[in-house]
Amino acid sequence: MVVTAVIARLASWLDQRLGAARAAEAGAGKVFPEHWSFLLGEIAFYAFVVLVASGTFLAMFFDSSLVPITYEGSYAPLHGAEVTPAFASVLDISFDVPAGLLVRQVHHWAALVFVAAIVVHLLRIFFTGAFRRPREVNWLVGVTLLGLAILEGFAGYSLPDDLLSGTGLRVGYSITQSVPVVGDHLAFLVWGGEYPGTEIASRLFIGHVWILPAVMGALIAGHLLLVVRQKHTQFPGPRRTEDNVVGERLWPTYLAKSVGLLFLVTGVMVLLGTLFQVNPVWLYGPYDPAAVTTGAQPDWYMGWLEGALRLTPSVAFRGFGVEVPNVFLPGVLLPGLTFAGLYAYPFVEQWWTGAADREHHLLQRPRDHPHRTAFGVAVVTFYVSLFVGGSNDVLVAQTGWDIAVVINVMRAMVVVLPLVAWWVTRRLCRQLQADDVHAGQVERIRERVPDA
Amino acid sequence: MAESGSGDGAAVRRVRRTVLVAFAGATLGGIGSVVAYALDLGQHWVGLGLAVAFLGVGGGLVAWGHGLMPGGGDVEERPPVGPPAADERAAGASLRDRGAMVGRRGLLGGALATALSATGLAALVPTLSLGPSPGDALRHTAWAGAGAQRLVTREGRAVAVDELQVGGLLTVFPRDHVGDADAQAVLIRLADDVTVRAPAEVSATAAGHVAYSKVCTHAGCPVGLYEAIEQQLFCPCHQSSFDVVEGARPLMGPAARPLPQLPLGVDDEGFLVATGDFSDAVGPGWWSRP
Ligand code: FES
Repeated sequence: MVVTAVIARLASWLDQRLGAARAAEAGAGKVFPEHWSFLLGEIAFYAFVVLVASGTFLAMFFDSSLVPITYEGSYAPLHGAEVTPAFASVLDISFDVPAGLLVRQVHHWAALVFVAAIVVHLLRIFFTGAFRRPREVNWLVGVTLLGLAILEGFAGYSLPDDLLSGTGLRVGYSITQSVPVVGDHLAFLVWGGEYPGTEIASRLFIGHVWILPAVMGALIAGHLLLVVRQKHTQFPGPRRTEDNVVGERLWPTYLAKSVGLLFLVTGVMVLLGTLFQVNPVWLYGPYDPAAVTTGAQPDWYMGWLEGALRLTPSVAFRGFGVEVPNVFLPGVLLPGLTFAGLYAYPFVEQWWTGAADREHHLLQRPRDHPHRTAFGVAVVTFYVSLFVGGSNDVLVAQTGWDIAVVINVMRAMVVVLPLVAWWVTRRLCRQLQADDVHAGQVERIRERVPDA
Repeated sequence: MAESGSGDGAAVRRVRRTVLVAFAGATLGGIGSVVAYALDLGQHWVGLGLAVAFLGVGGGLVAWGHGLMPGGGDVEERPPVGPPAADERAAGASLRDRGAMVGRRGLLGGALATALSATGLAALVPTLSLGPSPGDALRHTAWAGAGAQRLVTREGRAVAVDELQVGGLLTVFPRDHVGDADAQAVLIRLADDVTVRAPAEVSATAAGHVAYSKVCTHAGCPVGLYEAIEQQLFCPCHQSSFDVVEGARPLMGPAARPLPQLPLGVDDEGFLVATGDFSDAVGPGWWSRP
C-alpha cells in the first residue's frame, strides 16, 4: 500500500539521520504486564492530557483582573451587576463562547477524575507493595504529583472569583496566616497585601496555567522514564518471576489498547461535561467578602481538609509570646504530616519490618502483608471519616439532627473508625490467608487422588 | 488470538465487525459534532457528537488490540536495575579519581558553597517585592482613627436608632469603606430585657444595639446567620456559633476566640456610630498576634 511505503521511506530517512531504528525496535518490543489496576496511572496521565488541551482553550478567554466592571454579557439575571473581569470572563466562556461551557465543564470534570485517578493509583501502589526497592524514587515523584495536583485544582477552581471559590480563598488566606512565625508575612506576600487585595487572581492564574503544569509535566515525564528504566512490576503467576516481565509487547498490542484508553478517557470526560453540570458559578454569584454561603462544598479532593477544619476542637494555644491559631492544626499540620508520612512510608516500612533489602518486582497481594494492609486501610478510613465530616451541614440539613451532636459523633468516628478498620482488616487478611492455605491443601489432595 | 486478516473463523469476523462499527460510529459522531457546532444546534449536540467520536475511536482501538493483535504471554528478561556490587565500586572509583585531579577541594569547595548561598539568597530576595510587610495592618481596621463614624449599610445608608427591629441583624461598614473585608460588622438589636454580659462591654452597646466583627475568628468567613431566639451568631463555613449576649464567645464548632466587639454610640441626629475600632484584632489568629 502507498501509505505503508511512504511510512517505510520516512522511517529509513529518519533512521539515517538519527540512528534511532534499533532503539525504537527495542522500545517497541518492550513488554507490559496486564492487570486492570495498572491502567489507573494511565488514566491519570490521560486526564492530564485532557486538562492541558481543554485548559489551553479556556486560557484564551479568561481574564484574571479583579478591578470591578459592569457585567454586560448574555446571562440576564446578573445584567448590570458590578463584577470582576475574572468572574465576567468565566460567564462569557459559559454563555457567549460557542462550545465554551462544554470545554469548561470537561475541564472541571477532568480535574476531578485526574486527582481521583492519582489517589486510586497511589492506593494500588501502596497495597501491592509496588513502592519497594527499587521504586522508592518513583513513589516520591508520584506523591509530589499528588500534592501538586491538589494545589493545581485548588488554584483552578479559585480563579472564577465567584462566591464559593472566594470563600475558599478566604479560608486559604487564614491557613497561610497560621503558618508558624512567618504566616502573616507569607500571606501578605502571596496575596500582595491584606486580604482580599487585587493581585491574587492573576497570581493564581500564572501558577495554574504555567508554573504548576510545567512542573507537573516534567515530573510526569520523569515518572514514566523511571517506569521504562525499571520496567513494570507484575503480580505473581505462571512463568512470572523476579527476573522477567510477562505480558504484551508495546507494538502493536499494548500501544493500540493504551491509545484506545486515551480516547476512551477523553470520551468519558466529554460525556460528563456534556451531561452533568459542574461548578455553575453564575448561580453562586460574584464574590463578596460579606456575603454568606451556606452548604458550600469544595471540590472532592479538598474534602478531607474541609472536614478537618470543621471537626478540630475549639482550641488555640496562646503563651510564651506566641499564638497557635486553631486552623494551624487542620490547615498546616495535618497536610504537612500527611505528605511527610507519604514521602517517608517506603523507608519507614523497610526499616520497621527489616525485610531483606533487595529488588522487588513481583507484587504482593494485600492479604499477604496484613500489617501494611491494615495500616493502609486505617489511614484511608481516617481520611474518609474527615471527608464525611466535611459534609456535616448537608447531613444536618437533610436529617434535622442536632449539629452539635453530629459534630461530636463525627469527631469520635475520626478516632474510632480507623482503629476498627485496622482490626477488621488484619483479621480479614489472616482469614483470607488461611483460606488460601486450605484451598492449596485441597488442590494438592485432588492432585494425589485424581478421582476425588 | 490471531493476526488481523488471517481469517480464522467467526470470532475474528465478529471482532472485525465490532471495530468497524466503532470506527463508523466515531466518524458519524465527529461529523455530527461539527455540524452541530456549525449550525449552532447547542452545546449538548456538540458534546454528544464529540463524546461518541472519542469513545468510538477508543473502543475500536481497544477491541482491535484485544481481539486481533498478538496477545499477551510474551516474556522479556529483567536484569537487576541496580549495578552488580563490583561495578558500583568501579564507577565510583573512576569518578573519584577524576575528582581528585581537581585538588584541594576543602577550601575551594567551602568557598563555592558560600558563594552559591549568597548568590541564591540575592536571587531570591526580589520575590519579597510580591507583597508589603504586614506592619500593624492586621491589628486595626477602617474603623480606627477617624473618631466616631456612622455605621452604613451595604447601600451606604446610615442606620438610625430605631430602624432595626428587635432580633434583627444588619451588616454595617464605615461610611468610606462599604464592602470592606476587614471592617464589616454585624449590628444586632437585642430584646429590651436583655443586657450583654462579660466579656462583652456594656458601655460599648448603644440603645439596645450590640455590634461584632463579621469576620469569623476561625478561618475568616462572614458570620452572617443570626438565631434571634437563642441569641447566637452562626458561621456557615464550619459551623461555629457565638453567644451574642456574652461577648460573642464561641459556643460550638472550631472557633476558639470571641468575635471582637465594635464600640457603639449614637450621634446628635440619632444615627448609630462606632466610637472606635474593634476591641481586638479581627479574624483568625497568627503567631505573633498581640
Ligand atoms: S470560618 Fe467560621 S467556622 Fe470556620
